[in-house]
Amino acid sequence: MKTSTIETDKHPLDAYLRVDRLPHIWCPGCGLGLIVNCFIRGLLGTGLDLDKVALVSGIGCTGRAAGYIKLDSFHTTHGRAVAFGIGLKLANPELKVVVFSGDGDLAAIGGNHLIHAGRRNIDMTVICVNNFTYGMTGGQLGPTTPSNARTTTSRLGNIEKPFNIPNLAAASGAVYVARWTAAQIHQMENAFREALVKRGFSFVEVISPCPTYYGRMNNQPTGLEQMRYYRRKRVVKNGADPSEVGIGLDGPIITGKFVDIELPYLPAQGGSDGN
Amino acid sequence: VPVLVMSEAAVGHMYEKVVIPPVNQIEIICRRKPTVPPDEYLPFKPDADLVPPMANTGDGYRFHVTGLTHDERGYPAMNAEAQDKLIRRLVDKIEKNKNKITKLEEDGIDNAEVVVCSYGVSARVSLVAIERARNDGIRVGMLRLITVWPFPEDRVREIAKKVKAFVVPEINYGQIALEVERCAGGMVKTILVPHMGGSVHNPETILDAIKQAVK
Repeated sequence: MKTSTIETDKHPLDAYLRVDRLPHIWCPGCGLGLIVNCFIRGLLGTGLDLDKVALVSGIGCTGRAAGYIKLDSFHTTHGRAVAFGIGLKLANPELKVVVFSGDGDLAAIGGNHLIHAGRRNIDMTVICVNNFTYGMTGGQLGPTTPSNARTTTSRLGNIEKPFNIPNLAAASGAVYVARWTAAQIHQMENAFREALVKRGFSFVEVISPCPTYYGRMNNQPTGLEQMRYYRRKRVVKNGADPSEVGIGLDGPIITGKFVDIELPYLPAQGGSDGN
Repeated sequence: VPVLVMSEAAVGHMYEKVVIPPVNQIEIICRRKPTVPPDEYLPFKPDADLVPPMANTGDGYRFHVTGLTHDERGYPAMNAEAQDKLIRRLVDKIEKNKNKITKLEEDGIDNAEVVVCSYGVSARVSLVAIERARNDGIRVGMLRLITVWPFPEDRVREIAKKVKAFVVPEINYGQIALEVERCAGGMVKTILVPHMGGSVHNPETILDAIKQAVK
């Protein structure tokens, strides 16, 4: 009798992971595993030479992604992933530089690097995994925490306004801006593929569950419940005005591709006066 | 060698001519590249000189670098054993090569009775005091630290055997003076000339310390 077996200890993407580092440090229900999965699939879909792809992360839960993906990868200091990535790109313009980091790393401590890389239209891709909180350090309020949301440092609700990061990226000069939730894996993978082949500063935000902190403090105590929440609240609106995609507590999460334009970028190819 | 440049206001405000030699006169020392295939490459496994060969990004080695304490694979290794091994290697690497790294500028030390040891802009101000002291017949030497770490311990110990005192002007309440004092090891006195900032030293205060040293 012919039998078939399923190898449960292997994953189709093992060849692209540092399997000797597994298991990873992420919590059960975290969105990062599937975002990494979508990223690798999106990357493979580009046909780029993987030897020429450099992955740069900052600090935080998402900051650990670079360490698990088998590319030239750099786990840099807090907030400096974009600055480090610009250095890589300037030193070797042949590289495809991808920054893969969290909202706290990119929009708080690294906020200035982010906006100026956008302003200069540096030829790189930035993937921002936004879980609305600082997960690794204990669920503190961050730059993307929605107003009135509870965190470990805003027990009565956030009195601040959050950054709308796609709007920040677009206003800075990014030529590609998209947002998807972790519950929209095909769109996310497609956005990664598009962003990776875009010339200039491309930016993808992925809204991702943090059941351990953000979810638990805001009535979504498991990853599954957070994913269901995204499915209920997501609105696909390609071409939406980025200034209108801010996220409020219990409000809609507007997703889609918001910006896709062509502009001269740096480092310029074949001379100093353009591309 | 990782380098931390100790900048200061004077460096920020002053102009000096820099002559960059033609390319063919600049010796370029490249970091050694790995000779093993990528799947055998350990980016933080040092050679005998404690320096690991380093692949270029984009050469297909697909290696990982982290700012966290790491093992030879470059993976985070947050334990005391890895920390001990890493820090010892990094410091030993510098210590082992300190003769190549540490730079000094010396003037008139051989027959000096007192040596002014300073760095940065304070070293420039010291030159005025030294010139006046020499005019007064005091045999003053100058030891300018271009590198403060690794500290030139051997040289300071050597000088300490021959002079009456060290004078250390610095813009703080005494940091490098402690290193000088440590290396002088009780052989001679170390006179700190502190200045709390807002301006550079008045050369008179350094001159006073030089005079006090030879009393």
